[in-house]
Amino acid sequence: MTSIAPLISPSAGQVSQDVEAAKAALESLMAIRFFEEAVDGLFARGLMHGTMHLSIGQEAVATGVCAALRRTDFITSTHRGHSHCIAKGADLTRMMAELLAKQTGYCRGRGGSMHIADVETGNLGANGIVAGGIPIAAGAALAQKMKGTDNVVVSFFGDGATNEGAFHEALNLAAIWDLPVIFVCENNKYGMSNSTEFSMKIDQISERAASYGFPGVTVDGNDVDAVHDAAKVAVERARLGQGPTLIECMTYRHKGHSKSDKNLYRTKDEIENWKTKDPIGRFENTLMELGTLDQDQIDAIVEKTREAVRTAITEASEAPDSDPAELLSSVYREVRK
Amino acid sequence: MTDRIITYAEAIREAIGQVMETDDSVFMLGEDIGIYGGAFGVSGDLYQRFGKDRILDTPISELGIVGAAVGAALVGMKPIVEIQFSDFTAQAMDQIVNQAAKIHFMLGGELSVPMVLRAPSGSGTGAAAQHSQSLETWFAHVPGLKVVMPSSPYDAKGLLLAALDDPNPVIVLEHKLLYKTSGHVPEEQYRIPIGTSNRVREGDAITIVASGVMVSRSLAAAEELARGGVQVEIVDVRSLSPLDMTPINASIQKTGKVMLVQEAPKHVGFMAEIAAQIAEGPALYSLTEPVKRLCGLDVPIPYAPQLEKSVVPQLEDIVAVALELKAGI
Repeated sequence: MTSIAPLISPSAGQVSQDVEAAKAALESLMAIRFFEEAVDGLFARGLMHGTMHLSIGQEAVATGVCAALRRTDFITSTHRGHSHCIAKGADLTRMMAELLAKQTGYCRGRGGSMHIADVETGNLGANGIVAGGIPIAAGAALAQKMKGTDNVVVSFFGDGATNEGAFHEALNLAAIWDLPVIFVCENNKYGMSNSTEFSMKIDQISERAASYGFPGVTVDGNDVDAVHDAAKVAVERARLGQGPTLIECMTYRHKGHSKSDKNLYRTKDEIENWKTKDPIGRFENTLMELGTLDQDQIDAIVEKTREAVRTAITEASEAPDSDPAELLSSVYREVRK
Repeated sequence: MTDRIITYAEAIREAIGQVMETDDSVFMLGEDIGIYGGAFGVSGDLYQRFGKDRILDTPISELGIVGAAVGAALVGMKPIVEIQFSDFTAQAMDQIVNQAAKIHFMLGGELSVPMVLRAPSGSGTGAAAQHSQSLETWFAHVPGLKVVMPSSPYDAKGLLLAALDDPNPVIVLEHKLLYKTSGHVPEEQYRIPIGTSNRVREGDAITIVASGVMVSRSLAAAEELARGGVQVEIVDVRSLSPLDMTPINASIQKTGKVMLVQEAPKHVGFMAEIAAQIAEGPALYSLTEPVKRLCGLDVPIPYAPQLEKSVVPQLEDIVAVALELKAGI
């Protein structure tokens, strides 16, 4: 077992101004980065099977949002979901075990990269269907309202999902029922190969909230503080029963859509330009400028998370392969007599 | 047990009301189920009894409704979704097929979706091709869903109560023509185990296998056949997934002849699965005649009453085909 320290919301000010919150956020950013790089490497070496969608470049969204959440809050995630799992506190070993097709993986080898769920940390599941998790998030939020909890639900999705009917139906239901849900759009500019300029006629996806009657904001998705600040406001609103918010986080994936991507639809210049806005380097610089953490402290966190991912790979590799013998008995949950 | 005669719709409403009285996690959501009382009157006065928060009227938004039910079910609620016409499940298929059906298995077994989805199914109301289909095979083909088709008020209550005990998504396909039909229903709660077929009539000449409204139609046909001295045995496949072949095989071993009656189009219909399982099972060599299917025509359901009747097996069709099978024609 190995997971990052729980993310912490600063009691006042921004994440980068609070030592403990900043440490936890940096640990999250680095764990996501190292996990994704490890997955990329294992795949390239033929040690990992299937396909995967990496979050490299998008780490600040999951980190900033989850820093505004409690453990008892819920998330739904996407095909590009490793970052959300990690930021919400998933066990890196069980995640890696799932990707390595092991029995000890979160889905016992049945789901793989696109289907990790973690009941303990309120992760209701990544989703291979674009926009599939958005109505589910609305439903989980409906349940919180019915039960009278003050838990909130965050639904992560990409820009492409906002052209699906499920997005629009879910936002409308959340609006009319004032549900405690925060819709977080990771706008990385591309739904596979199609740019947002191609796929929609509006400038910002956050504008879509207006047609459902609740706030929509656009933030720099590569800035942990900006993401967290917006999430904090939205979470408070949701906890008070004031309904949903749509947060559009402008970000970029450094890697291709998936393993089949030859990057024919975007230029090297564009990719390189976005790499200069890398969320991790920016966060580290901010921390040092503000004096929140020094280089030694940052290096220690980097080394600790690198080691955590290494441990996850080692532990997962030693686990038994997933077992076909249990497949037929696993389709339905047994009815209690 | 207090036995009364009530309608199929009343039996469903009674089951929902009884469970909602004792289980706060159960709620109903769907289009026009509130003050309107449901398109077929099933929710009736539940809105007055349980209020707008538990009899949750929704916009016309099937994908959103089912998705919301899936999400609520994942975190401990027990939603009963009413889809106004089973045809409209097409609008919600991602949430039914890719989400509800798969979550327990695909996500490793910790989560499950204890959702009941009820939908009025079938033809006979003059509502034409987009409000009259029998789509049970769509659902029965998806591992992870349970599918039941109650054929009587008694089964409607008992199967729904069993569905509400079930931790898995259960699709309940109710037949529109049955809502106003009446039958004996105990007031007390009782469960009919999902995954059981039911022999509803004894006979020795022919085995008829049917579901939904084809069960009552076959029972009526059986009375006519009995007047001519032909006693048919009828097995109601009230649970399609899981499927119980035991009473079907046992009956064929007795009669040697089987007729499969289905409202849905014949091509790749559910009765093709029954035929295949008969062929694979212990009753194959008891057959003295080939398996006979009497099914809907492979056309969309038309509007005009004479057209609509002509595409779905009617009482006289069942009688005629049964007599042919009896005579070995």
